[in-house]
Amino acid sequence: MRLSLHINGRPREVDVEPSQTLLDALRETLGIFDVKEGCGEGVCGACTVLLDGRPVSSCLLLAATTAHRAITTVRGLEDDGELHPLQQAFLRHGAVQCGFCTPGMLLTGVAYVQGHPGADREALRHAIEGNLCRCTGYAKILDALEDYARETKRG
Amino acid sequence: MPTFAYLAPATTEEALAVLAEHRDDAKVLAGGQSLVPLLNYRLARPRVVVDINGLPLDGLSVAMGTLRLGALTRHAALEESLELARSCPVLREAAALIGNVRVRTLGTLGGSLTHADPAAELPMVMVALDAQLTVAGRDGRRTIAARDFFTGPLSTVLAADELLIGIEIPMTRDMGGAIEEVSRRAGDFAVVATTALVRVDRRGRIDDARLAVAGVGPTPLRVAAAEEALVGSEPTAERIARAADAARASVTPDSDAFVSAAYRRLLVGVLARRALTRAVTRALEVS
Repeated sequence: MRLSLHINGRPREVDVEPSQTLLDALRETLGIFDVKEGCGEGVCGACTVLLDGRPVSSCLLLAATTAHRAITTVRGLEDDGELHPLQQAFLRHGAVQCGFCTPGMLLTGVAYVQGHPGADREALRHAIEGNLCRCTGYAKILDALEDYARETKRG
Repeated sequence: MPTFAYLAPATTEEALAVLAEHRDDAKVLAGGQSLVPLLNYRLARPRVVVDINGLPLDGLSVAMGTLRLGALTRHAALEESLELARSCPVLREAAALIGNVRVRTLGTLGGSLTHADPAAELPMVMVALDAQLTVAGRDGRRTIAARDFFTGPLSTVLAADELLIGIEIPMTRDMGGAIEEVSRRAGDFAVVATTALVRVDRRGRIDDARLAVAGVGPTPLRVAAAEEALVGSEPTAERIARAADAARASVTPDSDAFVSAAYRRLLVGVLARRALTRAVTRALEVS
């Protein structure tokens, strides 16, 4: 079936099977590899994308159901070649080890902090509990999130 | 993933016609947070997936002492609803405990109830709230009490050609409510979960008490022995402890690879006491 997907602000026409997940359509059909595949059952958070601004597991979403909805991958966080403030905070704090969980962490973090400006560390810890980092580098990820959340409070 | 035909009917009537035609070969897709994992693992192999997200089954309203919820109401909408914060905070608390944030973005109330996982929060809360479930079929609609809806693990009275469309909950604004649960990891289904609802009358005595438990049987259960131990009494710590003991004594859970029956029973006692204690505190605030 032919679909019009709206990815990072750009419309993309794509042919998908009804049984294809959004994750599969992004990676295998469109070659958008900044979305990662982890567990395939919605637990690990590696395949997180934003759907109309809210985090979803792209492995648990049929591509057919996402036509005309705004899909944001980690690439969509950049603004005019400038990294998003949370991406910059990740760099400052060295919050990236192998990097596999990073796109999901960033998207989940951005969505949460936008809804909860100035969120404290405990709230942020709760916010990313559905995103697993197998390097277990959570402390620096939380440092970066906390830093970014503080910026949103000042702004 | 297995291949299937994808249909997205625009009306409830159309959806029912499709279900009547394909019956057991069809699977209803709502939020997909239980169905899509089953498809990914090929544990479900439907010939037809019927996407009901286009049906007008969304929304939450309060009228005439009844809270009405559409079957497609997302967990996130329950979690964030200011109306629920006033009229049914325990349901809001339940929604916030479900899965992870991504499950709550897409997952639906109707999907959770019809999937009927024995450890899930929403079926348990519906049993505690004495909810009525409205089911549509080609011959019309029927209403089923939440208590009678669940028949076993992942099993309900819903027929293959029926669709759960809405949920009605009698208002409990004068009751205090609380949920307590233990899960092995954040985001996992609960090992044991409990919901307590308590009302305290003008003389300071409990005149309505409900305790529902999940994770200790094939379906969520109401624990009559604990409820009877409370009604008519003052809500003292001793009385709550007695009710929690009664709850522990009346459940007969099974062991599994991770959790023994004895530990589950222990959890029922501890979580029932905590939930009842919080419910009483809130009941005294609203009475």
